[in-house]
Amino acid sequence: MAPGEPLLEVRDLVKHFPLTQGVLFRKQIGAVKAVDGVSFELRKGETLGVVGESGCGKSTLARLLVGLERPTSGQIRYRGEDITALSGRALTAVRRNIQMVFQDPYTSLNPRMTVGDIIGEPYEIHPEAAPKGDRRRRVQELLDVVGLNPEFVNRYPHQFSGGQRQRIGIARGLALRPEIIVADEPVSALDVSVQAQVVNLLEQLQDEFDLSYVFIAHDLSVVRHISDRIAVMYLGRIAETGTDEQIYDHPTHPYTQALLSAVPVPDPEARVHRDRILLSGDVPSPADPPSGCPFRTRCWKARPLCAEVVPPLDVPPAFRESTGPAHHASACHFAEERHVVPSE
Amino acid sequence: MTNDGRNGEGGGTALLDVRDLKVEFRTRDGVAHAVNGVSYRVAPGETLAVLGESGSGKSVTAQAVMGILDSPPGRVTGGQVLFHGRDLLTLRREERRRIRGAKMAMIFQDALSALNPVLSVGAQLAEMFKVHEGTSRKEARGRAVELMERVGIPAARQRVGDYPHQFSGGMRQRIMIAMALALGPDLIIADEPTTALDVTVQAQVMDLLAELQRELTMGLILITHDLGVVADVADTIAVMYAGRIVETAPVHALYRVPAHPYTRGLLESIPRLDHKGRRLHAIKGLPPSLTAIPPGCPFHPRCPLAQDVCRTDPPPLYEAGPGRASACHFWKETLDGAR
Repeated sequence: MAPGEPLLEVRDLVKHFPLTQGVLFRKQIGAVKAVDGVSFELRKGETLGVVGESGCGKSTLARLLVGLERPTSGQIRYRGEDITALSGRALTAVRRNIQMVFQDPYTSLNPRMTVGDIIGEPYEIHPEAAPKGDRRRRVQELLDVVGLNPEFVNRYPHQFSGGQRQRIGIARGLALRPEIIVADEPVSALDVSVQAQVVNLLEQLQDEFDLSYVFIAHDLSVVRHISDRIAVMYLGRIAETGTDEQIYDHPTHPYTQALLSAVPVPDPEARVHRDRILLSGDVPSPADPPSGCPFRTRCWKARPLCAEVVPPLDVPPAFRESTGPAHHASACHFAEERHVVPSE
Repeated sequence: MTNDGRNGEGGGTALLDVRDLKVEFRTRDGVAHAVNGVSYRVAPGETLAVLGESGSGKSVTAQAVMGILDSPPGRVTGGQVLFHGRDLLTLRREERRRIRGAKMAMIFQDALSALNPVLSVGAQLAEMFKVHEGTSRKEARGRAVELMERVGIPAARQRVGDYPHQFSGGMRQRIMIAMALALGPDLIIADEPTTALDVTVQAQVMDLLAELQRELTMGLILITHDLGVVADVADTIAVMYAGRIVETAPVHALYRVPAHPYTRGLLESIPRLDHKGRRLHAIKGLPPSLTAIPPGCPFHPRCPLAQDVCRTDPPPLYEAGPGRASACHFWKETLDGAR
């Protein structure tokens, strides 16, 4: 890999789940377009935050990245190699480097396995990662790294609190020393006071092991805190992407603006002088997305063009000459800057 | 120097006055002390936010007030729940049932499990009028449609026969609000009403709730863990920890300077939307188990200000300014910003 080249490169990734009818003669009557043409890059040591509401395809994206789902089309290039084309041993070898941390620490750990077995399980699949005699020591080291007592190796998941279980999930993700961790809502099931501990741990581990994160969440404050770059998803596509400052302080896509303006901020003074955009209606079904721009059915700026032409994810013409923070990719025909996040 | 932790001024106007409420649960691991002497009051038109993490007792308190506590294993072991001046805890079941729904109503987090899946939403709304007011079928249905329109359900007349699963999460929560409002209650208790919703839908539902409350001058108890939602709608806040109220204050005062180290810890531990910030100030450790609440101040094992006195003497709710109280021996130091 040449220096400066991305570690992970995703191009036009598509995942459609077929909708079928009939029992004996199944025929496809449509498809849920969960991920519908997503492209991004991830560099070494970087965190890409992916935000979006339920049904936007962010969890499917996570599952595609770690190989739990096969894409319908598109590429996922890891160190220049398209891993969607791999199978068998070659795929297993690549997966060692891309690991996942799940949302729900209550269901993602097998209740009948000890913590030691859970964290050590990746070594069963990748025996070359650690010699048999060394595994227990490694597991104990991992427990220590994530801030749990190494003596807990023989305990079961139910003996731990939610935050501690999430630490166990993180330790399992780290076991194979991956380069990339895909974390799908890793802190959203946790209480506020515990959430901060886990966010701090993730940041500390990133520095320690030079990890790259794809951090998927619906909490926009957490995502800003942890991410270098952010991608905002809507109905299977990226609506807008840029640095944290570009997205939060200078959003140009109406969906991002509406999303940010709706986040309740912990400051009662903001009630009065806040610019709030109230969207009407709900997110359309990904089985039947609108033509053209997916957001147009809820957008207050929509014009006939939006129903006809899909806006490309690119720097909008209005900001091409700009050198300021509004110069970033935004999939809107009528992109405009609007300040929606109140600051102190 | 101490008060009984009641927020709000003007003693006579309280709609709901909870006094020293105590609730226990019998569990396999022993007795869980879920609520340990909680007092709060709500005036008509006021929004009281009860803020707390899981296990803080915020929902159990509300269930005891509503009279829907699972018992056994739960049991109210002390205190009073005065509603319009009458102690609900001394009423007979039948009397309580008449008040519940008609005079005080509850909105739950998960509308899908709170609504009956095999009855149309129209039938569920109409049932309220039939049972409580003896309204005829036809009239009840008409009022159900009116209510659905009132809470912003598009094409209400066509959708009145639809079942809960045919509505989106936001629309279901609107139906829950409609059911709560049906009989014109004086008090609404909303337990995490928007937690399961997406942020853009959450804003719609919170706005609707606040608007209806203003219009009908209802008291609203909003139970939540979200400091952002509280800041948006509450007049007064009660912060709960390990079954106690640790701080109560008018919303602006609390966010400006908290008077309890736990509240301060919570405010400092949330990442911000307006700047990236550096390392978060996490509160160390975990909330205590309710079967083994530490002696003295229940927060002392996690508190940066803890002294010997905190390990032995449970702090009373000290008056810490106009309309505010803090259950911390060092509330003055906390207000001054000591660490």
